[in-house]
Amino acid sequence: MEQVVQQIIGGLATGAIYACIALSIVMIYQAIDHLNFAQGEMAMFSTYIAWQLMQWGMPYWGAFFITIAISFVLGYVIERAVFKPVHNAPVLSHIVIFIALFAIINSMAGFIWEFTIKPFPTPFGTKSVLGEGLLSAHGAGMIAVTGIMLGFLYLFFRYTRVGLAMRAASANPDSARLVGIRVGFMNALGWGMAAAIGAVAGIMIAPVVFLEPNMMVTILLYGFAGAVVGGLTSPGGAVFGGFAVGVIENLASFVPHFGAEMKLSIALALIILVLTLKPNGLFGRKIVNRV
Amino acid sequence: MKTTSPITTIIAAIGATVITLAQNWKVAGFIFILIIGAIFPLWASGVFTFQISQLLIYAIAIAGLNLLTGFNGQFSLGHSAFYAIGAYVSAVMMTQWDIPFYLTIPIAAAVCFVFGFLFGLPALRLEGIYLALATFALAIATPQILKFKPVEHLTGGVQGLALFHLKPEAPFGLPFDQDQWTFYVTFAVTILMFFIAFSLVNSRSGRAMKAIRDNQIAAKVTGIDLSLFKTLTFGVSALFTGVAGALSAMLIAFVAPDSFQITLAVAIFVGMVVGGVGWIPGAFLGGLFILFVPNIAEHIAFGLAAFFDLIRKVIPFFPSIGEQSAKGLTGTVYGVFLILLIYIMPSGLAGLLRLAVQRLARARG
Repeated sequence: MEQVVQQIIGGLATGAIYACIALSIVMIYQAIDHLNFAQGEMAMFSTYIAWQLMQWGMPYWGAFFITIAISFVLGYVIERAVFKPVHNAPVLSHIVIFIALFAIINSMAGFIWEFTIKPFPTPFGTKSVLGEGLLSAHGAGMIAVTGIMLGFLYLFFRYTRVGLAMRAASANPDSARLVGIRVGFMNALGWGMAAAIGAVAGIMIAPVVFLEPNMMVTILLYGFAGAVVGGLTSPGGAVFGGFAVGVIENLASFVPHFGAEMKLSIALALIILVLTLKPNGLFGRKIVNRV
Repeated sequence: MKTTSPITTIIAAIGATVITLAQNWKVAGFIFILIIGAIFPLWASGVFTFQISQLLIYAIAIAGLNLLTGFNGQFSLGHSAFYAIGAYVSAVMMTQWDIPFYLTIPIAAAVCFVFGFLFGLPALRLEGIYLALATFALAIATPQILKFKPVEHLTGGVQGLALFHLKPEAPFGLPFDQDQWTFYVTFAVTILMFFIAFSLVNSRSGRAMKAIRDNQIAAKVTGIDLSLFKTLTFGVSALFTGVAGALSAMLIAFVAPDSFQITLAVAIFVGMVVGGVGWIPGAFLGGLFILFVPNIAEHIAFGLAAFFDLIRKVIPFFPSIGEQSAKGLTGTVYGVFLILLIYIMPSGLAGLLRLAVQRLARARG
């Protein structure tokens, strides 16, 4: 029993990573109505920027906030420069552009900062705060940061004009344009915000997985899983989904014989199961299409 | 009364054939391809023959995905899984049970059809991006499942299976080496698979598939069994990709879990989009792209690195770029290629060709 509790708490700590990235995936989904396959790479690149700023002698929190600002601008620029020209291309072409962005950002990071693994500092310390090696201070800090970010996003999307306009622009671009919302600008803003949230996620994750160009590849997958399990239309659901995937992944290692080596496959089978039973995720709204 | 010499008869016969062929350009094209395929390995180098075989194999896999996406409107980013199943079924049967290669192709096809059909069942409930994600998950899990310990005695685990000693030789003492014979087998299977694909798309079932793609509800109203056709299409699509996988096992003569990673699924997907969604011959163009463009990108990346080195000789403060970093640039060049391609032709090469044909028709008045 004690072991199970341990695994659950350990799962929550890794789940916080997935929750962070799931949140940024849902954000961009709200803003542009697509899953962004390059999301993890954007977060990784932002993390490198933070690392570089710290190498140049900037204090942690200074680098943290400046990186968020830079990431916001970069996300905005990517939308304007890369996606606006092909706005009317078929969805499949968009996915190819995501793949292209993935390749470009990944290799640029390797080109600029080399492929060696770099350690990344944490502002929270590494002491255990709960039991022996159960939850590190960094894990707790990460959970807290995810919670704070979720709170702000909730308020933003529910009570601010810009937040409401962004939701409208993504849910129904034509009607939104008719009531005077600048849909293109909102899309770019959504990209900027998603990049900024990704930057926070990357900076939080880097002390755990170390900094290298491929650090986000598997995490992104779990993030997708979390976002989909929770429902792509619900930021709170995405955070819940992220934590759930972390816990499930850890508990899967209890399955006799193949649990440990098939962790990933079990988590993925669960996604397919959840999707089959609830195609819009656990907390997602059902989108009804008119004929 | 005129007597006809045999030579005149032959010339007349040839003339008649040429005229018939000119009128039926599809048949003519087909015969032209047959002749090219038959004589090409005789003068091409072994490496080039190998590459063209690989191209044909990719084309079969891309055509399979295109049947699913282009003609039925279902996404998949997980076709590397079916490719892997095809390759492994073939390899395991050849190494463990000594079944001749030619027999393993139909069996691999059948197994992949069943797997695709079964995966099509949960896929029924998923749409668009959710289906893309479920299949993406399948592709990610594939290498791990292939390494699964309890089946290691069959699959060879991480090591994979070597088939070098099992590569089929040309039968009846035909004077072809292994590369040439592999090409002929691949070529024959490719023709068969594309014949099936064309026939399927133009058949009654093909029209049902397209109707589902264009408007599910309307298709349902006209009496098409949505679930049946969608799962069947998934099965057929997996079958094509599985055949490609089985052929690749023979061509490369080696299967290992790490050959079937998500990058393969992405490559098949990119090939489909580049060639043109919903246009079967585009599969060859897509195959060409995924086979050669990564290499070209690497050459350009190294060229760029050399160029930077040259600049560094003139401007000493210019940051240096080592060998490893040049490799890093490969991904960038490849990505820029992809983006430019989508800019120039948002609907792939098929869209570009269609546009060109339209322009020509308009110019002629």
